[in-house]
Amino acid sequence: MTTLSDPPQSAFKPSMLLNDTRYRGYTFQFIALVCVAALFAYLGSNLAQNLRDAGLVISFDFLGEPANYDINQTLIEYNNQMDHWRAALVGVLNTLLVSFLACITATVIGVFAGVARLSQNWLVRKLMSAYVEAFRNVPVLIWIIIIFTVMTAVMPSPRDFRGEDAAASMVLFDSVAFTNRGVYIPKPIFAPGGWSVIYVFLAGVVGAFWYRRYATKLLYATGKLLPMGWPALAIAFVPAILVFFILGRPITLEYPELGGFNFQGGINILGSLIALWFALAIYTGAFIAENVRAGILSVSKGQTEAAASLGLRPNRIMNLVILPQALRVIIPPLISHYLNITKNSSLAIAVGYMDLTGTLGGITLNQTGRAIECILLLMAFYLTISLSISAVMNVYNKSVSLKER
Amino acid sequence: MADTHAHSVRFVRETMLPQQEPPAAERGAVKWMRQNLFSNLRNSIFTLIAIYCVYWLVTSLYPWFANGIWDAPSIRACREILEGDVGGCFAVLTERWNQLLFGFQYPSELYWRPTLAFLLLFIAIAPVLFRKVFPAQMLIFTALYPFIAYYLIWGGSILVPVMALLGFVAGYMVYARLVTQSFAMGFFGGIIAAFVVWWLTGLVGESTFLALEPVASRNMGGFMLNLMLGTVCVSLSIPFGIALALGRQSSMPIIKWICVIFIEFVRGVPLITLLFVASVVLAYFLPPGANFDLFVRVVIMITMFASAYIAEVIRGALAALPKGQYEAADSLGLDYPQAMRLIILPQALKISIPGIVNVAVGLFKDTTLVSIISMFDLVGMIRGPILASTEWNGVYWELLGFAALLFFVVCFGISKYSQWLEKELATDHR
Repeated sequence: MTTLSDPPQSAFKPSMLLNDTRYRGYTFQFIALVCVAALFAYLGSNLAQNLRDAGLVISFDFLGEPANYDINQTLIEYNNQMDHWRAALVGVLNTLLVSFLACITATVIGVFAGVARLSQNWLVRKLMSAYVEAFRNVPVLIWIIIIFTVMTAVMPSPRDFRGEDAAASMVLFDSVAFTNRGVYIPKPIFAPGGWSVIYVFLAGVVGAFWYRRYATKLLYATGKLLPMGWPALAIAFVPAILVFFILGRPITLEYPELGGFNFQGGINILGSLIALWFALAIYTGAFIAENVRAGILSVSKGQTEAAASLGLRPNRIMNLVILPQALRVIIPPLISHYLNITKNSSLAIAVGYMDLTGTLGGITLNQTGRAIECILLLMAFYLTISLSISAVMNVYNKSVSLKER
Repeated sequence: MADTHAHSVRFVRETMLPQQEPPAAERGAVKWMRQNLFSNLRNSIFTLIAIYCVYWLVTSLYPWFANGIWDAPSIRACREILEGDVGGCFAVLTERWNQLLFGFQYPSELYWRPTLAFLLLFIAIAPVLFRKVFPAQMLIFTALYPFIAYYLIWGGSILVPVMALLGFVAGYMVYARLVTQSFAMGFFGGIIAAFVVWWLTGLVGESTFLALEPVASRNMGGFMLNLMLGTVCVSLSIPFGIALALGRQSSMPIIKWICVIFIEFVRGVPLITLLFVASVVLAYFLPPGANFDLFVRVVIMITMFASAYIAEVIRGALAALPKGQYEAADSLGLDYPQAMRLIILPQALKISIPGIVNVAVGLFKDTTLVSIISMFDLVGMIRGPILASTEWNGVYWELLGFAALLFFVVCFGISKYSQWLEKELATDHR
């Protein structure tokens, strides 16, 4: 009887590092590591040499010095005597604000356009594909500049609102003014008790969601169908409205009014914010539209037909059969588009919107000359956001991926 | 019986009737419209809204085009000719045509050189794009094209591109000889040979042999700069992207982690921060006294950026290949480089074409970002010298529309090509 066995292991010889596949990997990794280390050492020594020549040291102390510049849009309290750190924080919040607004708007536009591209209506279909192609194939920077130009060069100046037969007038019952210094909208003023209305409203929204979950559970458990639409709306709004009137209208609106050379009061939404917001939204919306379309198309027709043969109505087919399967395809690219919006919001610097790139990477960098530190911080911020969003996305992907056995 | 029969049948038709046309509502344009535009109430409302949108767009844009002024020295002259009518002042395009395309510093008597390079680009790229139409010998020209284009655009002695080419040729020859023994030996041997040749030819020193008038890269601008950055960075980033993707798939942990960190870092930061690095930080990391062109620094950064994205596309394709392909290659006794070159990569690259094209289109659009670090590309030219000049201050729509149109034509063309290629290469489920 013969047995097959491995040839006897030969003792380790140095030539095996090149010729034996078991050991060759170590050689390559060692070479790669040495190369990378050498590269970093080279760059680091150059950096040290250059810094020494210029008499600089890497330090983040400049963040504690007064910033000495004003920011035209601040979500938190800020004045030019506060330090660079505070200015960067204002920038971070502005970045997050414009990204958040653009993400929501892009989703709405994208879902609408994506569904409309699958419409039975020929004209609507063609219009939407024209929109998608036009916006996907032109750089977002050009769109930002175009909308910014609309906001600054086409809109009337506040002066045009003056006089008996003014060249421009406010819209929506004299509450909103589009000017070349931005858009003025009414500002809510909270009297004592005003916040409680907001809290009641938020509680109502939570209650509405809870009600819908309860109704769904009841439906699956017993087959008893509770109405879902109007009770949810009622739970969300009625208590808040009641509290609003019981407390004697504690929230009032402060309308913008023409005073001096400009509008006074109200909230001023800067033209640069609007340009960035809408340009990012319609640009990314075109990409999202394609994802939504692909997602809906990815659900095979048999699913629709099977659901119909079970006797489901078209609305139910959409909600219970198609959407859950399409969302699995739509959501991962959707989140990476949100990420792109956040990263593209750094183009704010082209229109002078003071996001993080405008404060830390713009004025702070130019004032202090601390290029390395500023850009390091800038990258760290975007990297943190990207990595945390992709971590969330991985968790989500795991939870919705097909459970194969 | 016969009686009743005679009563009940009065008439039997003896000839066949000719087929009737379907009713008017069920044929031709009317049927199409009923099916596609007015199938139900909601659809009809949508159609009316859409028609109104189209009508509004056409009526507001048409006079602007129709009354457009194509010949005027300044915006004021334009407005005088228009006398208050709505109309575009397209004269800025004819007047500043060369600036829009070449930037404002490229010597005007040398415009033929980048134009010629641009036209040759089509000849060089044709055999790559349309394999079946053009003979394979044309690929030789494609290989020579980078050197020709460098010579034409930057000028200087012809020895520079020739010697660069010699380095590549020497590298390739050494590679071809050694690769039969081992891929790694051939690869590194080729690189070493190329560097030896470059070092040797570097000893020759400056020469003016067959020199074209040199043009510095800082003098380049306009759409030419966008095209140059786009083509250079895309073609450089594909090999790097493949290497990074293979590295990320590698079973060697150190190499894998180097690639993972690089890819995730680059993908996590916006391109504009990398361009800031190119313009203000990179100089600190270069040897003291070294003066890298801003163009080269930007190319390095955009290439890094694009190769990380391309690596992810190719990684997706590598993961999508059936495992049997890897196992088949192993069972044939191929080693890793052979398996990759002969079995895996040809299939993976085919799958990844649409993704790579998407990255390329995105990258080409992103080349406009260099205007933020004050390079005068198309957008930079428009926002800088042209709109700031007293003659054309205020001609926004014509210029921005022109820029949008140029980018649209190129990007739309590329994406249509990739759709065509995808169909062409589809070998499965025919």
